[in-house]
This record gives sequence, C-alpha cells and structure tokens, in this order.
Amino acid sequence: MTEQKERELYFWLRLIREFEGRVSALDRQGKIQGGVYSGKGQEAVVVGVCHDLRPDDWIFPLHRDLGAFLAKGADPNRLMAQIFGKRDGFSKGKDSFLHGGDFSRCIFGSTSMLGSTLPVAVGTAYKFRIGKEDRVAIAFFGEGASSRGDVHEAMNFAGIYKLPVVFLCENNFYAYSTPNELQFAVEDVADRAVGYGFKGEVCPGNDLHSVMKAARKAVDRARSGGGPTFLECKTYRYHGHSEHDRATYRSAEELITWESRDPIERWEVYLEKRKYDIAAIREETGTKVKKIVDDAVAFAEASPHPEGPEAMEDLYATPITEG
Amino acid sequence: MPVTYIQAINQAMHEEMARDENVMLLGEDVGVLGGAFKATEGLHEKFGSERVVDTPISETLIIGAGVGLAIQGMRPILEMQFIDFISCGFDQIVNMAATLRYRHGGQTACPIVIRGPCGAGVHGGLFHSQNPEAWFFHVPGLKIVAPSTAYDAKGLLKAAVRDDDPVIYLEHKFLYRRIKEDLPEEEYVVPIGKAALRREGKDISVITYGPPMHAAVKAAKDMASEIDIEVIDLRTLLPYDWKTIRESVKKTGKALIIHEARRTGGIGGEIAARIAEDLFEHLDGPVMRLASKDTHNAFAGPMEEYIIPNQEKVTEAVRKLAAY
Repeated sequence: MTEQKERELYFWLRLIREFEGRVSALDRQGKIQGGVYSGKGQEAVVVGVCHDLRPDDWIFPLHRDLGAFLAKGADPNRLMAQIFGKRDGFSKGKDSFLHGGDFSRCIFGSTSMLGSTLPVAVGTAYKFRIGKEDRVAIAFFGEGASSRGDVHEAMNFAGIYKLPVVFLCENNFYAYSTPNELQFAVEDVADRAVGYGFKGEVCPGNDLHSVMKAARKAVDRARSGGGPTFLECKTYRYHGHSEHDRATYRSAEELITWESRDPIERWEVYLEKRKYDIAAIREETGTKVKKIVDDAVAFAEASPHPEGPEAMEDLYATPITEG
Repeated sequence: MPVTYIQAINQAMHEEMARDENVMLLGEDVGVLGGAFKATEGLHEKFGSERVVDTPISETLIIGAGVGLAIQGMRPILEMQFIDFISCGFDQIVNMAATLRYRHGGQTACPIVIRGPCGAGVHGGLFHSQNPEAWFFHVPGLKIVAPSTAYDAKGLLKAAVRDDDPVIYLEHKFLYRRIKEDLPEEEYVVPIGKAALRREGKDISVITYGPPMHAAVKAAKDMASEIDIEVIDLRTLLPYDWKTIRESVKKTGKALIIHEARRTGGIGGEIAARIAEDLFEHLDGPVMRLASKDTHNAFAGPMEEYIIPNQEKVTEAVRKLAAY
C-alpha cells in the first residue's frame, strides 16, 4: 500500500468519527429531531469495505452506517442536511437519518425494518448479472437483522443465481439490548452461508487490514462471477442502540476491552510502525476533518426547512390528476 | 377470435416484453410451467430464463428484488401465485416500494407491477379467495387496479407496466375463463385512474368493479323497465375516479357501491363517506353498500354463495335504495 493510500484511509476513519461525534453532540444539544444511531467504534468496517469500491457499485447501508455514506462519496454537507431534516438532504426533509440514500453515489436509503434492504440488493445484483455488468452490490446488515426472513430469502436467491453481491454482516454483539446468545444458537452468523451454497467468512472488524483483505476477496469473487460471500465482521458499537439508549445492559469492562481495540488507534499504531510522523498526521488530519464537519453543520443549519405542503411532493412519479 | 380475460393478461405481458427489453417477470412457477393458471404461458420460451425468472417460494424476495431491479432501470412484473400470498411480502410493499420515491426525495421511481389472482367464486377457501385491495388502499405511494373485462385486463396491465409507480394489479380468477371478447388488433392502453361507464341510467348510480360489475349490468338490463341503473366500473381503485362518480351521483341522486371484498373496512366505506361529504345536497337517499359478508371466504359451495354478492343481491339492494 502506498503512503498516500494509508494516509487516505486514516482520513476516512477520522472524518467518520468526527462527523458522527458531532452528530451525537448536536443530538445532545437538542438540535436534531428523531433517532441518531452512532457507528462509533465500527469505522474500520465501513471504510474497509467501501474504499475500494467503484463509483458505480451499489451499497445498501443499514441504520448505523453513516460512515458508509461518507466513504462511498456522499456529500458531507447534504448528509448533514439530511440528518437535520432540511430541504437539501437526500430526503428533502421527508425522512430522517439514513432513510434517504444518495443515488448519484449509488447509495440506497434504509428502512427501519432491518434486513429489508437485502432483497433489494439482490434484485440490483440480478440486474448486474443479466446486464453482464461487472458491478457489485454490498448489502450491510447487523447480526440482529440476520434473524429476519428477508435476510434468508435474499441469501437463498443470491445463492441459486450466484449473484454478484456481498452480504456484509456487522456483528456488534447486541440487537438493541439483546445479546447474541438470545438471538441465535451459533457462534458465527457466517456459518449460515453453508445453507445458501456460498462461502461464509469471519474477520476482526476493528482491524482495517483484515476487513480490507476480506472485503477485496469477496468483492473480487462477486465481480468475476464467483457469486456471493457472507462476510461477518466482528465489531462493537461504543454507544447504545440509539443516542437515547444508555446501554446499561452491558458491562463497563466489556466496553473498555473493545476500546482497547479501537480501529483508529490501531491504524495509528500501524502508521507509527511505518515510521511516519504520526503526531503531525494526526494534527493535520484533525484540522482537515474538523473543517469539513464545521462546514457541513453550517450548511445544514443554513439549509431551509421544507414548507408543510412539500409533504405532498415526490409521492408519485406519474402524478395522479383528479378531474 | 374472442380472447379470454387470462389470455388478455398473457397477451399484455407478451407485448410489453417484446416492446421493452427492460420488462421482465419474476414469480413462482412462471417459467417452464407457464404459471399455475397459465397466465405466463409462452413467455419463458420466448424471452428466456433471465427475463422470466422462476423464484423460490419467497414473496418478500420477489417484491424486494423487484424494487432492486426497478432502481436499476428494469420494469419487473412480479407474480403472486395467489394474491393471498401477497401478505407474505407486505413489508416490502408498504415500507419499501411505497416509500421508495418519497424518502429519496424524488431521486428514483419504482416501476413495479405486482399481479396475481384474487377473489372468490371458485371454491378456493380461506387462502385462495381473498380480495386484498383494502389492505393497500390505505397506503400512499401505491396504485391499485382491478379490471373486470378482457379489454381492460390487457390495457390496464400494459398501462401498469409503463407506469413509474408501484401498481398492484388485481386479476380476478373467477373471470379468467368466463369472460371473453374480441380485442382490437392494434395496440391500446387503458389509462390508470379512469373509470368506465358500463351503462347509462338516471335513477341510481352503481359504483363497482370486478365480477359484481357483470352482475350489476345484468341486473340493470333485467330491471330496465322498473329502475334505470347507471353502472360505473371503477377499474382503478387507487386513485379512484372521483370525477366520474361525482357526475353520476349528481345526476341520479342515489349511490350504491358494490364490491366483493368484505364490507367492514372495505373501500366502499371511503367512497360512501366522500359522497356523503361532498354531494350531500344532491342525495335522495342514503349511500348504500353491498359487499361480502364480514367473514372469511368459506369453502363449501352454499356458504361461499351466501357470502359474496350476486345478481339477486344486487337486485335486492337496488330495490331497497330505489324505495327511498
């Protein structure tokens, strides 16, 4: 990997943390309406998967994947406006947080029915296959959503038709408050892939190198006609399910353990090993990402709220005319 | 040569798939078998297995994949083997397809058609006879059509395929082979959102769709010397053609809404309420409804007959309303 690439990856990790940190702060200040779902701690997964994708590959992020939006190239200003529910957001104020995607960057908006984007990702992958396009679809989901029928139906179909899709499971050990042992009777969710006729892989999700390597393999397989992969990244969310959840169901020790595996610190250790001036890089990157986030907040605050009657727009593509 | 209702559906799919290579079909047994009712006969042979896709028994997948195909520029037709099974894909319809354009701020459309055999009258029992329109009538972002003639079955399906919004296309299995007519040689499309005036009359407006439309027209003919009935075939249920209803009720002063779906929570309630709200001063009697009984579609012949509307019940309801 070139030095430039290594620094670039560091920038994305830091930008995502800064962006999400600011969103959490704004939420505490009461400036954001609706739910905020922090992906703090899971940055290596979204960066590791998205950074090598082509602009015309599609991602189907889940509710915690704000970082995937940024890593896939979504405009930070519009993303912040989306979170503020403003007119310049992808939803034009019609829904909150990550429910509006950015089609110009091939990013699909999620719904709150977790796992429901997987059949859509599979449909997209089917189009890539019949169109003989070497594009891939990445379907993000949590280990919690893996218990839903949508996930099973999508994977089963993708297995039958060997579709160019990567099922990217972010296993952060809790579905809201419910721990894994109450969600499924297997250790690794990726074991389920056997039942769909494709390969399941597990990787340490806080280690950017591991995620990149596993993701590249899965994406290459999909792109070259080798079919789907179930890639499970074991990671951890530092915050609760949403910012309103204090996550009292888990121990302080557990959080400390995972903080010791922080993906950004790990990458800094790696950069240090490469004999780069980490103090200078840290400072320079910090200044850069702070400016981007400051600008995004200013843009979002300046963006107008939609007017009430705009609620009637965008409902139908072929509008209904009443006589 | 006369064409049956189901042949008309088949023709529409053949023509649309030939016209536009982005039109495709997904469903259970729609390929080599040609569909459980033969609605998709010949399509697999003609257009191949990439465009005519046999899916596993996975309604959620069928509809969700349809949305994925739609955002990539395809125009998928998604078959529910029996429309009853649409409930298995409910979330993908109401939360995914119906909200897609809206929550993306107009960045995308969702040109999918979900079609399947609905309705009673063929001893299908509880899980093969349902009329699900009211489940979806409440959902913004969807369109619902329900043809009652072979002409409309073809023309409305072609319109649905070309529409950029998600359309639920309810084909009534009782009509599949009972209805036939000569169709135009040349291509035609029946626009979504327009009702058809099946019979003009001045005494009572009957607002209906599906098989009860045929019962109403027969009743109107039989009762012609007694009561002059106007029959409106809605054809499109969401959005329904308020203009045609309004003009008719203003003329007759009396409205009877007939549908096969059960009465409570049925779409007849919405139409009745709107007539009462907007046309009160034109009314000469209560807005009335004739619908299926509020029960499941029971299996045994006499029970099914008891539940659903037929010509006799139409005649009775018309007389009752005329008496006001």
